[in-house]
Amino acid sequence: MKYIIAAIKPYKLDEVRDALTAIGVRGMMVSEVKGFGSQSGHTEIYRGAEYAVNFVPKLKVEIAVPEALADDVVDAIRKVAKTNKIGDGKIFVLDLQEALRVRTGETGEDAL
Amino acid sequence: MRVLAGAGFLAGIASVPAAAQETVQVMDKGDVAWMMIATILVLFMIVPGLALFYGGLVRTKNMLSVLMQCTMIAAMVMVIWVVYGYSMAFGGGTGAYWGGLGKVFLAGVTPDSMAATFTDGVVIPEYLFIAFQMTFAAITPALIVGAFAERIKFSAVMLFSALWVTVVYFPVAHMVWDASGLIFNIGALDFAGGTVVHINAGIAALIGALMIGPRIGYGRDMMAPHSMTLTLVGAGILWVGWFGFNAGSNLEANGGATLAMINTFTATAGAILAWAGLEAVLRGKASMLGAASGMISGLVAVTPAAGSIGPVGAIVLGAIASGVCYYFVAVVKARFDYDDSLDVFGIHGIGGIVGAIGTGIFTSPALGGMGGEDFSIASQVVIQAKAVGITVIWCAIGSAVLFKLVDLVLGLRVDVEAERLGLDVSSHGESAYHS
Repeated sequence: MKYIIAAIKPYKLDEVRDALTAIGVRGMMVSEVKGFGSQSGHTEIYRGAEYAVNFVPKLKVEIAVPEALADDVVDAIRKVAKTNKIGDGKIFVLDLQEALRVRTGETGEDAL
Repeated sequence: MRVLAGAGFLAGIASVPAAAQETVQVMDKGDVAWMMIATILVLFMIVPGLALFYGGLVRTKNMLSVLMQCTMIAAMVMVIWVVYGYSMAFGGGTGAYWGGLGKVFLAGVTPDSMAATFTDGVVIPEYLFIAFQMTFAAITPALIVGAFAERIKFSAVMLFSALWVTVVYFPVAHMVWDASGLIFNIGALDFAGGTVVHINAGIAALIGALMIGPRIGYGRDMMAPHSMTLTLVGAGILWVGWFGFNAGSNLEANGGATLAMINTFTATAGAILAWAGLEAVLRGKASMLGAASGMISGLVAVTPAAGSIGPVGAIVLGAIASGVCYYFVAVVKARFDYDDSLDVFGIHGIGGIVGAIGTGIFTSPALGGMGGEDFSIASQVVIQAKAVGITVIWCAIGSAVLFKLVDLVLGLRVDVEAERLGLDVSSHGESAYHS
């Protein structure tokens, strides 16, 4: 099993969700995060007081999938999240040791 | 019957009929109805208007402390007002500096007591005049809290406000608005309280910001306003309430009140356009906070002028005040590095001074104002400058002494840990927002 973490532009969420459900992904976790990579922040000015906003808002999407689906998921996210501009985000793929469905006690890929 | 207050602007624009015989006193129900509404409008400026305007400008962790300070100060000053404040300001004493103690606890006032207006023989109930003036006394110390928001000790702001209205506000209100007052008698024009309310609050704010010192992390940490939305809601309520403030200061529902009303529209509009326009030119983007700041600076500037300038002159006055205030909050404050957190001095103090001086200019009939044919800009400006000078000196000395006193008795600031945690939790034990 693989655990995929993707940082994407906030407005891309619905497209990512649609693309992933289309290839059989049955669940994901989404959280609002701030961070920086190649994309720098911006400056805000309030009555002359300047503040550098160094962290850019992103959405973090976390998906646990069977090994066989992992490459398709990464491709699907990349395809819809890409705008060719700095700040499109990053995708990380991790090995996932175990999964367990709380209700039934199923483990492994059955729990996904 | 004793001549009451408010008549500040008559002294300058002398149009009082010669034969002031003891005519029959007439109370008009239309005047009474309007003044009751105007009084409530000024209350609405404090809560929620000013509270939200300020609240939106602080960080989330200090939102409630600002709402609380505005609410509590207003309530406390209302009590002080009926106990001795009204008497100190308008108690019927003929001193140049205060009205004496003849009306402590509103002694002798009944529903049949009447107060004079600007028209000979036309009166309004004294309770109404007391209530109207009460709202002015209540909002002025609440304006000051913006200067030391996010770090002041709650008990200190309450004690300071109680002392400050006693030592500064009531005497200055008497000096400016009572017929025996010092500033009234030099002929200064202050229709709705440019000196009494805005210069007073602005100067006290500057002294407070200097004596209390900057917030921890000022100039380094992110201190951006937490809700520009609520700031515009508050600013809009202030604008609406300001019609009670300015048009209400006419004390009658007549042509003079409508002049103050149209001026409160046009000066503010001119000021909003000026601030946003300056931002667009100087930094490429016009900001909403800029528009809201322009709105308040225009309202402040037209306050002393509303009853005596013309609506087109008001546009110019508002725009000038807006530009000067912009320069102060964006350039001067940064250069001198004091932390007047919500720009009370930069907007109320500076806008008030520009308005007071501008009143001496735009009241001229040559500029569309209501001054008589013999109106002289030069001599009126000198009088206005004197009124500003007396107010600034009185307020600066009084405020400095009181801040020092409160610092010795209670301490002005919360400790470092409480300031980092935020005043909502550390002073009041509650949070504005839960996520």
